[in-house]
Amino acid sequence: MNGKEFWIYLAILAGSTYLIRAIPFAAVQKKISNVYVRSFLYYIPYTVLSAMTFPAALYATGNVVSAAAGLGVGMVFAVMKKGLTVVALISCVTVFVTDLILKQGI
Amino acid sequence: MKQFLRGVRNGVPIGLGYLSVSFTFGIMAVSAGFSWWQAVLISMTTLTSAGQLAGINIMTVPGQYAEMLISQLTINIRYSFMSVSLSQLTTAEFKGIKRWLLGFFMTDEIFAVAACQREVSTKFFAGLAVMPYIGWTLGTLAGSLLGNVLPESVMNALCIAIYGMFVAIVAPDAKESRSLLAVVAVSVGLSCLFYYTPILKELSSGLAISVCAVVAALLGAFLFPVKEEASHER
Repeated sequence: MNGKEFWIYLAILAGSTYLIRAIPFAAVQKKISNVYVRSFLYYIPYTVLSAMTFPAALYATGNVVSAAAGLGVGMVFAVMKKGLTVVALISCVTVFVTDLILKQGI
Repeated sequence: MKQFLRGVRNGVPIGLGYLSVSFTFGIMAVSAGFSWWQAVLISMTTLTSAGQLAGINIMTVPGQYAEMLISQLTINIRYSFMSVSLSQLTTAEFKGIKRWLLGFFMTDEIFAVAACQREVSTKFFAGLAVMPYIGWTLGTLAGSLLGNVLPESVMNALCIAIYGMFVAIVAPDAKESRSLLAVVAVSVGLSCLFYYTPILKELSSGLAISVCAVVAALLGAFLFPVKEEASHER
């Protein structure tokens, strides 16, 4: 990747990503009182995360079975309110062990 | 200081998850012809996953500036919704220049953790950004310099970490509220539709996520508007 071209591209990439985050954050200073807008903003984090997770997460580990196992076990611990780090680690361990079992053909 | 440290602690799982994702980005950037410092610089200035991946693919062909801008705007439009959403939870002192500076760190995961708080102070948000930023930078550095050093089985297992974290954020709250569960189900359903349907799956994943999230949240807002008290109890 040569010099000048790289810097122009980097400026567009970083600049547009920054502005799309910062402008709305800095612009909306007031508390929104409209109940529908408030509800929309309340639901947004959950809908973003669930759309990002399913179905993409099933293909994240290279094996649908181990990914599903990792998510399933993670969900059980999540419902038990075990916290972000614990659930994330348990999901990883589950995927690792499931892949191991699948490879060994037990 | 206490708020800042609480933020740092809350950012640890995000940082861990970012290590594995940015590690992969580092490997891909170098194999696409970038040098290690270019990969690291992209990560340090941009701090986004889907956008960076699309970005390096465009950068390999010279002169596609308009394509770069359009792809970034569509992939990243979701951040605008997150920024507006989080603007409702910030404490009174978190405004002006602080928002211009810290708005840079509005990633999916940092937003998600911040949005679960009762209120978000400048110090908490700044602390929350520390570990993810370090993880994203170091992961890119390691990936671009070392390449595939970790065994594939470990890399594969690490790839689920971010999603495990998402599940940990959504599942407990969805269990408590039927309307939230319904809204989440709609979002997942739409997301599957975009993922598997022939023409729809050509859409960039970032834009598809924005569409699913916005449609599901709009539906939720009209069918199950949240009362004042409920939206504070999260």
